[in-house]
Amino acid sequence: MFSNNDVLETIAMVEKEHLDIRTITMGISLFSCIRDSAEETARKVYDLVCKKAEKIVQTAKDLSGEYGIPIVNKRVSVTPVSLITAAFPEKSPVVGNALDKAAKTLGIDFLGGYSALVHKSTADYERIFIQTIPEVLATTERLCASVNVGSTKSGINMEAVKLLGETFKKAAELTKDKDGIGAAKLVAFCNAVEDNPFMAGAFHGVGEADTVVNVGVSGPGVVKHALEQIPNADLTEVAEQIKRTAFKITRAGQLVAKEAAKRLNAQFGIVDLSLAPTPAVGDSVAQILEEMGIETVGGHGTTAALALLNDAVKKGGVMASSRVGGLSGAFIPVSEDIGMIRAAEKGAITLDKLEAMTCVCSVGLDMIAIPGDTPATTISAMIADEAAIGMINNKTTAVRIIPAVGKGVGDTVNYGGLLGRAPIMPVHGCDSSKLILRGGNIPAPIHSFKN
Amino acid sequence: MRAVVTVTGKDSTGIIAKVSNFLWEKGANIEDISQTILGEYFAMIMIVDVSNAKEELAVLASECAAMGKQIGMSIYMQHEDIFNAMHNV
Repeated sequence: MFSNNDVLETIAMVEKEHLDIRTITMGISLFSCIRDSAEETARKVYDLVCKKAEKIVQTAKDLSGEYGIPIVNKRVSVTPVSLITAAFPEKSPVVGNALDKAAKTLGIDFLGGYSALVHKSTADYERIFIQTIPEVLATTERLCASVNVGSTKSGINMEAVKLLGETFKKAAELTKDKDGIGAAKLVAFCNAVEDNPFMAGAFHGVGEADTVVNVGVSGPGVVKHALEQIPNADLTEVAEQIKRTAFKITRAGQLVAKEAAKRLNAQFGIVDLSLAPTPAVGDSVAQILEEMGIETVGGHGTTAALALLNDAVKKGGVMASSRVGGLSGAFIPVSEDIGMIRAAEKGAITLDKLEAMTCVCSVGLDMIAIPGDTPATTISAMIADEAAIGMINNKTTAVRIIPAVGKGVGDTVNYGGLLGRAPIMPVHGCDSSKLILRGGNIPAPIHSFKN
Repeated sequence: MRAVVTVTGKDSTGIIAKVSNFLWEKGANIEDISQTILGEYFAMIMIVDVSNAKEELAVLASECAAMGKQIGMSIYMQHEDIFNAMHNV
């Protein structure tokens, strides 16, 4: 049984510290929708997604009301679309449009899975598919795309890395009137996970059940508040405090996930134990690191503090949930975190530091705006760097970078809402094109041969 | 099914009467009450059985919150499972 203090603590977490369930994401397999033509496939896809996720918004509202915990986003992830349209890849946008329409019908904010998995090499249909991504992201609103360009087991597909650099450029160019938002809906992954509930990188893996409910919990504000209670504690105690807090947050997520799966007639997939910031004050991962003792995030010691945070969140969360998965860790998107935005504006945090931070936390260079004149090969080189970190360290890394057309350092892109705003960050000017244009593969590391 | 009703805010006369009357009207049975006053701050936590309530829990919870606003208090009604989950290993 719980005490009165427990009750009041939970309420304070919601009222003052932004505790929420960040997303309920329903994963839906599209394999049963494959037909002879793109049009017919798109029709089936639309019908299936609308039918399976029909109740997701209402269910989230009910659960939120019953448990008194906000559920911020309702989302859907689908089988990587490149697999569904392999017979008519140039017509993949027809299916993409149907998915976007389904998202609007359902009233969900994002739908992920306009994706391709090319970590070893790029099949012809996948190359054509990837080339459709910029156009699709420019003409749709809620659809998200991702491409897995490498893995620890297979190495890095440098042809795909080159292609993705160009894809980011084009996606931003085609949406330049909206600050390049197309690029904000695209992720390049290494070691992509099949059960990630967070956007823009969610897709429904081929090894998954027909219909699955995955839940992403959050609560950077709760962790920060917990650390404010022990301002002079040593780092051992800080780690313990984070673990205890992560446990509580995750338990709320586990409860909601199981109940949501039951009501939506889907399998309970995983709880993703991620600390996902929002641009709201008091909902920032950067401010947790600052609370730990770094004046401004980006300063020396940031990587160490983040390593402690990320690990303690996992340890507390794993104990709290029967099934943990997704990305699980601390997210460090620049535009979606008020502490990061401030640090970037002051020049306290740089791309190089962010890259170092991605070695010890989940995901990677996330929601970072760079000058619009950055060459595609330089973006590819950033993707290659991140993919190398993921490949060597057996972890997921990602790049979601926005080359802001017509803008340079000192300017800002602004999306509002959850995507926030990002000051343009400087990029190294030296040329990396020869490395990228060589093509081929970066072979898998020796420690991947475990059989 | 049991829910936890939490009432917090500035102390004044008749809070318990108003809240319990409201719960009675909605068909919720009060099983336990604990209440404290810290300075001017009033905090009451009730365990109520809502199995025979006239409305779904989510609806009741939003009505409780609205009623709280009317009397100048913050009122939450939440399924007890959320506290069991978060505060028990």
